[in-house]
Amino acid sequence: MSGTALDPRTAPVFPMAARSAMGDTQLRKNVRHATDVIQGKRARVVGEMPDWQELREAGKRIRQHTMAHLDVYLEEFERNCTKAGGVVHWARDAAEARRIIVDLVKATGSDEVIKIKSMTTEEIQLNPALEAAGIHPFETDLAELIIQLGEDQPSHIVVPALHKNRQQIREIFRTKMNLPELGERPQDLADAARMFLREKFLRVKTGVSGANFLIAETGGVCVVESEGNGRMCLTLPETLITVAGIDKVVPRFQDLEVLLQVLPRSATGERMNPYNSIWTGVDAADGPKAFHIVLMDNARTEILADAEGRQTLNCIRCGACQNACPVYRQTGGHAYGSVYAGPIGAILTPQLMEMEHAQSLPYASSLCGACYEVCPVKINIPEVLIHLRNKVVEQNGMRNVEALAMRAMGMIFQSERRFRAAQRMGRIAESPLVRKDGQGQGWIGWLPGLLGGWTQVRDLQSMPKETFRDWWEKRGTDGK
Amino acid sequence: MRVSLFITCYNDTLFPETGKAVVRVLERLGHTVEFPAGQTCCGQMHWNTGYQAEALPLLSRFVAQFKGAEVVVVPSSSCVAMMRDHYPKMAEQLNDAALKREVEELLPKVFEFSEFLTKRLGLEDVGAYYPHRVTYHASCHGLRNLGLGDGPLRLLRAVRGIDLVELQGVEQCCGFGGTFAVKNAEVSSAMLAEKTTAILNTRAEACTACDNSCLMHLQGALHRQRTGVETVHLAEILASDDGTR
Ligand code: SF4
Repeated sequence: MSGTALDPRTAPVFPMAARSAMGDTQLRKNVRHATDVIQGKRARVVGEMPDWQELREAGKRIRQHTMAHLDVYLEEFERNCTKAGGVVHWARDAAEARRIIVDLVKATGSDEVIKIKSMTTEEIQLNPALEAAGIHPFETDLAELIIQLGEDQPSHIVVPALHKNRQQIREIFRTKMNLPELGERPQDLADAARMFLREKFLRVKTGVSGANFLIAETGGVCVVESEGNGRMCLTLPETLITVAGIDKVVPRFQDLEVLLQVLPRSATGERMNPYNSIWTGVDAADGPKAFHIVLMDNARTEILADAEGRQTLNCIRCGACQNACPVYRQTGGHAYGSVYAGPIGAILTPQLMEMEHAQSLPYASSLCGACYEVCPVKINIPEVLIHLRNKVVEQNGMRNVEALAMRAMGMIFQSERRFRAAQRMGRIAESPLVRKDGQGQGWIGWLPGLLGGWTQVRDLQSMPKETFRDWWEKRGTDGK
Repeated sequence: MRVSLFITCYNDTLFPETGKAVVRVLERLGHTVEFPAGQTCCGQMHWNTGYQAEALPLLSRFVAQFKGAEVVVVPSSSCVAMMRDHYPKMAEQLNDAALKREVEELLPKVFEFSEFLTKRLGLEDVGAYYPHRVTYHASCHGLRNLGLGDGPLRLLRAVRGIDLVELQGVEQCCGFGGTFAVKNAEVSSAMLAEKTTAILNTRAEACTACDNSCLMHLQGALHRQRTGVETVHLAEILASDDGTR
């Protein structure tokens, strides 16, 4: 996994990747522990909000409204940001965004940048592009720093290094920061990171950030974080380059009133983010002297055009769905082969990447609905998963075993006569596989082909002699 | 009341005892029960796996069978969730105004079995006797899509002789998820293992739920591991009595 970018075009399909992830007991323990802790905190701070459901509904409305008028709000943002002294760039796709950012950095004459965590820069694989251009990026978010030094990949959208435990982190710091004496208390690790980063903050003159929200009404950009590294990256450099998906816009400043309540509670179980930075263009007296923002589409307008998939864009990247998802909790994030993992990744990645590269992801869910239940903007993730599964089926056509079986079953269910015949046939077909147990009950311990997944760890009871409908009919004629 | 039963393809074929139990409880409560013979499947498996074209005709079939019903009772939370969450959209997709109207009229009359007892009839005690140690698993669809809440538990608490024990992580998915159990067999098994461990920790003799699909999944592992723990649909517990009635 290390070093290679997560990309569904090259990653193994989910069931295969999940199998190898699940073989890593340390990783599973770390993921389980971290998600348990965050879920517990989230439940506590959500529980103290009597109007949580109303807030969710308000969050959903704001996002829905924005998406319905995205063009208007993007233009409004561009106007107001420009007026405040920012420079707005538009990028159609990842390649264009990378090119714009690399050129902007080069123009500053700097061969280093400090970065504040941004899933969007992961999405477009910015770091390798910077390095290829001779520019060294320094991640300043603690988790991203761990990932970068460990030559690893993020596995969670809010807590990217949640698959690592303290001992593993200490080992990475010890070797990569050259600190043979490093202690293992959290304080020791935090101190080491602080020393390492402080020097970068003071030296590097160009910053690259993501954005949590773009405010159309003011042209301002909002980043929320917990460590203060963001505040440093956003204020100390001479040039600040921000990259954001076009879905990040919100209409009014006041909309943050809702979103900045639901986001931190859902993401990290905090009532409020310790650092909420909003900057609007540039100011001669303070902060960066040049501000650029790259507004990137990268398939988002296509998602917007799909009436059923559209709600995916309402996501505010809180990661709550990941922590709640029983599948993610078993496998961790890397199994998704995508920078966006868990339930949101399972719906976002296939739409961002063109379906054929991520066909297994919409099936990486039992449709239990835990993700929908926690989503602070009420994205009906199961509904979108089903919608995408239909796209997978349509892409694959009818020439495979599963599709043929499904079609046959469909035909059977369309006629009572055929259904009854199939019930009888089933009893005959299964009979060579059935073994009687001590109580005279029949069980199947092995099934062929696709169904073999079932009998790896489970038995299947043999079919009863009489169906309900047979019993019902007999009962009618017997007069009970 | 005249109650029409939708027994589901799954219960009909694999778990007929559940349907019989539903009949028994409803008749004991004085209702008239009917079973429209042309019913087959709600279309859930097809729809949820992505086979919309195969699922759509099953909607029309369901509506044709139950059009005039006073109420429809279904002993499966996931099938009812399928109908409530997706039938209106399917009717929309078929672009059939009459069908759409019929679906709108029919859906409010469709109830999951425990929901029918607690919400529609306002009952808790249905006169059952079941002297066993039992734990209850809240199926995801019942819990989240139908919002059954503690309805099933209230019914169980009113059963005479029962020793009802709480299941740790009662709201966690058992890992079945229809074709998920086959397509992602490893992950499904890992989720299942957590659930069976929790069940064994209760030292219950039986685990119950409002959905035979979860129960079949649990039963498969409990049997493979030779635990001796049984699975039993809620309706079957409620149908049991001590023979004095
Ligand atoms: S889909 Fe919802 S829960 Fe998941 S990250 Fe996005 S906003 Fe958060």
